[in-house]
Amino acid sequence: MRQITFREAIHEVLDYELETNSDVFLLGEDIGPLGGAFGVTKGLWEKYGNERVRNTPLSEVAIVGAATGAASVGKRPIAEIMFCDFLFVAGDQLVNQTPKMRFMFGDQCQLPLVIRTTIGAGQSAAAQHSQSLEGMLAHIPGFITVVPSTPHDAKGLLKTAIENNNPVLFYEHKGLYNIIGEVPKEMYSIPFGVADIKRAGSDLTIIATAETMHKSLRVAERLQKEGFSIEVIDPRTLVPLDIETLVLSVKKTHRAVIVHEAHLSYGPGAEIAARLADEAFDYLDAPIKRVGAKDIPIPMAPHLESYIIPQEADIERAVRSLIHY
Amino acid sequence: MIEKDLARAFLITMKKIRIFEEEAVKLFAGHELPGWLHSYIGEEAVATGVCLALNPGDYISSTHRGHGHCIAKGVSLRKMMAELYGKETGYCKGRGGSMHIADFSMGMLGANGIVGGGIPIATGAALGSQMNKDNKVTVCFFGDGASNQGAFHESLNLASVWKLPIVYVCENNLFAETTPQTDHQAIHNIADRAVAYGMPGVIADGMDVISVYNVARKAIDRARSGEGPTLLEAKTYRYRGHWEGDPQPYRSKADIEEWKKKDPIINFERFLIDQKLFTVPEIKSLTEEIINEINDAIEFGRTSPFADPQACLSTLYL
Repeated sequence: MRQITFREAIHEVLDYELETNSDVFLLGEDIGPLGGAFGVTKGLWEKYGNERVRNTPLSEVAIVGAATGAASVGKRPIAEIMFCDFLFVAGDQLVNQTPKMRFMFGDQCQLPLVIRTTIGAGQSAAAQHSQSLEGMLAHIPGFITVVPSTPHDAKGLLKTAIENNNPVLFYEHKGLYNIIGEVPKEMYSIPFGVADIKRAGSDLTIIATAETMHKSLRVAERLQKEGFSIEVIDPRTLVPLDIETLVLSVKKTHRAVIVHEAHLSYGPGAEIAARLADEAFDYLDAPIKRVGAKDIPIPMAPHLESYIIPQEADIERAVRSLIHY
Repeated sequence: MIEKDLARAFLITMKKIRIFEEEAVKLFAGHELPGWLHSYIGEEAVATGVCLALNPGDYISSTHRGHGHCIAKGVSLRKMMAELYGKETGYCKGRGGSMHIADFSMGMLGANGIVGGGIPIATGAALGSQMNKDNKVTVCFFGDGASNQGAFHESLNLASVWKLPIVYVCENNLFAETTPQTDHQAIHNIADRAVAYGMPGVIADGMDVISVYNVARKAIDRARSGEGPTLLEAKTYRYRGHWEGDPQPYRSKADIEEWKKKDPIINFERFLIDQKLFTVPEIKSLTEEIINEINDAIEFGRTSPFADPQACLSTLYL
């Protein structure tokens, strides 16, 4: 099958939607001639013009608010927030407005809007451009939270996000933009709330998202040589969460490690661990382990940064501790 | 000179707001209404003058002090009152209450509990109109307090640079919640801020419905013809506290009495009688009709059923 990058997979969906749906438009900082800080929208401004690919002022409140308002009157905006760290400049919109409107107004409006943003460290960008904050707004009822790990998933999930009539937060890990994977040329949708078993195994389950999914796969391959069979599952959407698939896997392997690049404390792993404990307690042969970024701001110097961010060695250590539990 | 039909519409709308608010205040004081209440009494001329200058399909967004805007936009009093009662028949099925009334079918895009929170959203509605070329104008209501929020700055800048069909109506009632304007900004006229966004800043006498209507009309026409946004400041005053229960240590009774001399309804009635547009009995009968309509709305709210909590659980991601 055809192989393209994660970046190209996302670009392909944006291009298709702009082409086929006149209600779809993009707005965000530097998404015009520059093509976005990470080049995802490159060429779209030239193709669709100012009206459909809207370069905005550096105004996150206005970007999120304008997308919300336009969606409430029938448009299908796709906003780009350059870094998830900047999401919280628009804190009121993201906590009190966008996720509340449909419910609070008694189901009077639909809000078909997608907010694409980036997560992840690895670029020595320090504390304000490196975070993985996908768990923070997963706490607020009203958003769908998508965290793809492969080009294939990114394409199918973004298609679903744009078709959905609810606000969707779509988190793209910066370290994934250049990875290559098999992606069908035609359009397809991947439903929300369906986890994907990236690697089948029988001795332990790793639940991992975004770049940590790839790190986990490599750990699993290495441990296979020692005779350990590790299953790697990507939930793909944190809200809604496909807890059934995760529980089924743990019932089979009896051991679970949850990995993400978000900070450990109060991160997505805490929620997943609690649900597994709730629903699969009798099947567990060891405590549930979490691997996440250490609970301090992300530093700039490469050696400090990699110390804070979960590495394959950290994942392997967690896995071994459970195998030998 | 003012046409009789328009004068009647002004008077009916302002009185509807006043009487609705007076009744709501009583019901709240009698513990019949749950939640919170922010009364619009005193500011009726602003919502009325602005909304009557709009076309029926135009959009408005509102604030925590939103009842006046809703009524002036022509929404159902029954559904409003039922919402205040927290009933299933209310606009938000009891989920929103006083601070979150919306009627999308009437272009009323929602009141808002966060000061300044609705300004970016209204800006987005205007963006939708511009892109759809639907010839609609959005009016965004907010207060002097909201003019100090970052959301105000970001929104006016965006609307200006994109020439969006929107009018930002700042109801300057001289208090940001409980803080006097002189303590929360070093300017007197909020309309002056328009200069910073490259848009016109205009001032209306918010106690005079004709002044508000005339100034709003111009700004709305400008927005509709594609010339971009306007910041309209209406100088007004609220007679009651920020919320029902506010002890109001920040102003004197004498201040309030002074402003009441400019009452938008009493003075307008006097004007209509002086101009021989209406007689005293005509006004009396029109007032009685309004009282009946509001009593009907109260009865509807009072007797409506509460929503099923289970149904509310299943509706987040429709």
